[in-house]
Amino acid sequence: MKKVVLDEKSIDRALSRIAHEILERNKVPERLVILGIPTRGYHLALKLRKKIEEIEGVTLPAGAVDATLYRDDLGIKKDQPPLKKMDIPIPIDGHVVIMVDDVLFTGRTVRAAMNALMDFGRPLAIQLAVLVDRGHRELPIKADYIGKNIPTSTSEDVKVHLSEIDGVTEVVIYTAEDK
Amino acid sequence: MRLKRKDLLGIEDLKLEEIEQILSTAESFKEVSTREIKKVPTLRGKTIINLFYEPSTRTRTSFEIAAKRMSADAVNISVSTSSVVKGETLKDTAKNIEAMRPDCIVVRHPSSGTPLMLAGYVGCSVVNAGDGAHEHPSQALLDMLTVKERKGSIAGLKIAIIGDIAHSRVARSNIYGFTRLGAEVVVAGPPTMMPAGIETLGCRATTDMDSALKGADVVMMLRIQLERQKESFFPTIREYSRVYGLDEMKLKKAKEDVIILHPGPINRGVEISSEVADGPYSLILDQVTNGVAVRMAIFYLLLGAAKEEGK
Repeated sequence: MKKVVLDEKSIDRALSRIAHEILERNKVPERLVILGIPTRGYHLALKLRKKIEEIEGVTLPAGAVDATLYRDDLGIKKDQPPLKKMDIPIPIDGHVVIMVDDVLFTGRTVRAAMNALMDFGRPLAIQLAVLVDRGHRELPIKADYIGKNIPTSTSEDVKVHLSEIDGVTEVVIYTAEDK
Repeated sequence: MRLKRKDLLGIEDLKLEEIEQILSTAESFKEVSTREIKKVPTLRGKTIINLFYEPSTRTRTSFEIAAKRMSADAVNISVSTSSVVKGETLKDTAKNIEAMRPDCIVVRHPSSGTPLMLAGYVGCSVVNAGDGAHEHPSQALLDMLTVKERKGSIAGLKIAIIGDIAHSRVARSNIYGFTRLGAEVVVAGPPTMMPAGIETLGCRATTDMDSALKGADVVMMLRIQLERQKESFFPTIREYSRVYGLDEMKLKKAKEDVIILHPGPINRGVEISSEVADGPYSLILDQVTNGVAVRMAIFYLLLGAAKEEGK
């Protein structure tokens, strides 16, 4: 069964709020760089950049950090996960990196993405922004900015759809039987 | 999609989707080599053995760098310093190497079919780094990547491969690869270096270099193996160079935006003039850069997933 938990309007509001929270917490926006985890985290990063531009009038450098080569399940999974885009637009030394993903679940992707990032330099700090936190963490990782907390069971699947990729913008929960 | 193979032995048995998967993976890997820290932890704990029965600098170094940038441990065995000179058979060498539990053996051998035979002896992955006059798949893949990068796509391009077709594993692998991707391939060389029946691989064959060059989008020059010259495939090097060497004059027959490839090492002034080799249309050094990315992709796709049961 499919249930829409966030529609386009609510996603837009959540991103606006996150943009404000980022600016509230980071007093020097010029020091920020915003990096999304492909595929959907990258598109969310671009949306957040636009929001921040509208609010503050600064255009932050934005890019993508692909965690694939740093995953802890390579050689365990049956398939080789396809590589995505790695695009670190500026030297991140001394910058505050806002890392963006669509769904925070086990925390393993975020761990891998942080390791990937460390190979590019020593950021002043890394802050994590996610559209959905669905719980069930397997690592001690927590988000700094959350669009919506959605308590789920592990048998459910949370998907973020974005118009750029999926033709429609929404967050849906699929329950086990139609997975 | 996953590359479901233990070994990479040649281009001949690769499906179109497999070639495309390797090329797109290699495109992503290029970025790693541009970093300040050129290393990812992906193949940590894997052991890759380079077993080279023929001299090689570029290919062996490229495989070694690819392995190291993926955090695998690379060990080089060259025949001159190995027990092969003491009379050990290939099978015994293979079994002994396997007993040290490597994850992949990269093999180059003067005899066609050696990698296939080796793959049957060992449970780990085998990558063909050139076998006799048969195949050199990683070279063809890096050639395809270089052309794809510059031209956008390969389908519909005219590819001219010129030189010693008979002894060239590079030519064979590239004929398979480029025709599978939808390009038109024409091979040209002196009659003594043109194997009978080469057209059955799906290419056109000619001894007339001008007709091969006419309208070509890509010209791939093959190295003349001067060490073979004692077998007299052509009268003199000067004559070969005059008829089949690529210079700016001959190149005018090709398309204006033609690109030049050469698997190296080049013999300047023999199969290719210096102006052409160093000219703006030459992508010879891009090929070398792409070689590392292609080999990283090969290792990732062969070693990056769980092993099938029973292997």
